[in-house]
Amino acid sequence: MADKNNTSEPDKTGHSWDGIEEYNNPLPRWWLWTFYVTIVWALIYTILYPAWPGINSATPGILGYSTRANVAEEIEAVSEANAGLDARLVETELGEVMADADLARYVTAGGAAVFRTYCAQCHGAGAAGVVGGYPNLLDDDWLWGGTKEEVYQTIAHGIRWETDDDTRYSEMPAFGEVLSSAEVKSVVEFVLQIGGEDHDADRAALGAPIFADNCASCHGDAGIGDPSLGAPNLTDAIWLYGSDREALSATVRYARFGIMPAWTGRLTESQLRQVTLYVHQLGGGE
Amino acid sequence: MSEILKLSALGLIALFAAIAANMGMDLAYQVHAVLIMLIAAGMFIWILRSVGEDKPAPANQNEYMDDVVRAGVIATTVWGVVGFLAGTYIAFQLAFPALNLDLPWTTFGRLRPLHTSAVIFAFGGNALIATSFYVVQRTSAARLWGGNLAWFVFWGYQLFIVLAATGYVLGATQSKEYAEPEWYVDIWLTLVWVSYLAVFLGTIIKRREPHIYVANWFFLSFIVTVAMLHLVNNLSLPVSIFGSKSVQLFSGVQDALTQWWYGHNAVGFFLTSGFLGMMYYFIPKQADRPVYSYKLSIIHFWALIFLYIWAGPHHLHYTALPDWAQTLGMVFSIMLWMPSWGGMINGLMTLSGAWDKLRTDPVLRMMVVSVGFYGMATFEGPMMSIKAVNSLSHYTDWTVGHVHSGALGWNGMITFGALYFLVPRLWNRERLYSLSLVSWHFWLATIGIVLYAASMWVTGIMEGLMWREVDAQGFLVNSFADTVSAKLPMYVVRGLGGVLYVAGALIMAYNLWKTATSPESQTTAQAVPAE
Repeated sequence: MADKNNTSEPDKTGHSWDGIEEYNNPLPRWWLWTFYVTIVWALIYTILYPAWPGINSATPGILGYSTRANVAEEIEAVSEANAGLDARLVETELGEVMADADLARYVTAGGAAVFRTYCAQCHGAGAAGVVGGYPNLLDDDWLWGGTKEEVYQTIAHGIRWETDDDTRYSEMPAFGEVLSSAEVKSVVEFVLQIGGEDHDADRAALGAPIFADNCASCHGDAGIGDPSLGAPNLTDAIWLYGSDREALSATVRYARFGIMPAWTGRLTESQLRQVTLYVHQLGGGE
Repeated sequence: MSEILKLSALGLIALFAAIAANMGMDLAYQVHAVLIMLIAAGMFIWILRSVGEDKPAPANQNEYMDDVVRAGVIATTVWGVVGFLAGTYIAFQLAFPALNLDLPWTTFGRLRPLHTSAVIFAFGGNALIATSFYVVQRTSAARLWGGNLAWFVFWGYQLFIVLAATGYVLGATQSKEYAEPEWYVDIWLTLVWVSYLAVFLGTIIKRREPHIYVANWFFLSFIVTVAMLHLVNNLSLPVSIFGSKSVQLFSGVQDALTQWWYGHNAVGFFLTSGFLGMMYYFIPKQADRPVYSYKLSIIHFWALIFLYIWAGPHHLHYTALPDWAQTLGMVFSIMLWMPSWGGMINGLMTLSGAWDKLRTDPVLRMMVVSVGFYGMATFEGPMMSIKAVNSLSHYTDWTVGHVHSGALGWNGMITFGALYFLVPRLWNRERLYSLSLVSWHFWLATIGIVLYAASMWVTGIMEGLMWREVDAQGFLVNSFADTVSAKLPMYVVRGLGGVLYVAGALIMAYNLWKTATSPESQTTAQAVPAE
């Protein structure tokens, strides 16, 4: 078809199926050559990189490439670059880290990365928590204490994390087995009263002695809680499981048993400290 | 005599299904047992009532068997609309999670396989079965082999779809992507598929044409390979014969590799090879032009089916899969580029000398655009299989966009084109009810795909970049939840693309309905095999 003025049709194969015929056009050159190039490229690539399997192993490729080795190298490079700061962080008292400008920058960026990877699933990407058992870390209300050391202890050993001997532990009894339905109702009204929520005052008055007998030993006579027991303050407007009657009555009847994993072992000492200080500086640290 | 055999078989099935419904250990299994019991009992009664009646005259072997194709066309249209609606709904679930409705049956996790199976297997599968039955008869000048076996294939396949879909919603899944149905549904599909192969192959064997037309090579490679993929990927042991749960034979990385060997070749042989068979018949027919190159069709056919089968490992880049397997998956994907494009060239170049028809024929326009999307998707695929590209694109919405430009653009549009071609011929009507409605469908679908693909490119590349973003000290910058919330606007755009696509499909369903119910054509175009 060198002659562009040649208007005659290309050859046909001579077959016809249901009226469909086929031209005998040659393979388009560019198509064929691109196909060849990809095949040649594929052969070269398989010589350079691990490729052809044998019985027990495969050709390793002459570049010595390995995805696992590459990842290990990258991780190694980062750890090496940060090794000095990591060592300094571990040696410095928790209380003094933020006074060191390099370390302060390091723990804020590193702690945030740890938080985004391991903590955000429950506490939220912005650390505001979720009503239903995942505490807000931005406020100044701390179940187990909000000093740097206390936050560190909580992160390192977890809460009710039974495989860690130093975990924070307390267990509220299920009062549904102790109190009658009417008593539960009354004590819920009392809790609503001291919490500053809408309540039935007569019922709350009935609940006061029940609270004193059953709840005050942990939550305190005034209901302000006790961080050494993980007993929440009931008089602030912060409710881990919600403040409606249904949620409170479920708490009293069946108790709550929130769990947080211990991060020792999964995180390095430096990472534990980073995330401790990151959480502490979010706004509510004591 | 044969009635007694049929009756006793159906009676036994109904009896066993009744026992199974009683003994069943999970809801999905029990519901399926009741369903099968009712079907078997219904057929039992139906056959019993017709005992002793005169048999209908044997079908004229000189006429094509088109009833089953008509049924297939209806099923394709209905399942298509169902599948597109399900997809659009779950697209909005991703944008607005409240649409999960807090019910187990309507969560994304259960509706997503419902959507993928509905569009790939119910819509695509019915389209392939119907068009392959139509095409193989015409191009072999022979009636379908096997008599009512073709009807068994059709109804058996519908039963498979219903069992799969109800199983997903009720929580029965073997958790393998695109192979979710549990063991007894897999066994049933195997029976149906082998029958399909028998009907198709039988028709080719008794053909009256000297040569096998290229469309039939593609259809045959699709049927044979899907049978092999289905069998190997579903090797599993049921925990009990009275429960839906089964345990996979392979585990760990072997299971992953088998799964993606299956998954990738489901794309290769179901959505590529099978639909190329469709393309090779309907484009030359609609354009009324000879196929561009016979040589190209041979070379690209054999290259495609030889290379495709090795490309699966590119779904497992940077995983526990050994490096050598990743390399091979990648280089075979790259070599696949030109063989895939061979089909596009043959489709597009068949129009040489007939390009003017695109101005007046919206059906042909649909087919040509579908080949265009095929070319795009089969370029994008090899590109995404390159490890460096894949390290950015993998696990992101880019993959979702890639799949949909192929599925909506290529598979959807070529099927729509085939349906518009088939309905007037199968129902013996002079023409489609409305060509302007076809144009509406064309534009709604095209704009819908563009919205879908573009939004997924943007959000896919965005989230890929956000995931890998680290600061100077190597610390992660974004949390996963940050990337999810950043995608919201694009998710809404994608959902709107889906709405347009569904709207187009509904217009098509209306148009096809009006065509089939319009007055019959006066000319007796009743097809009779050549010679």
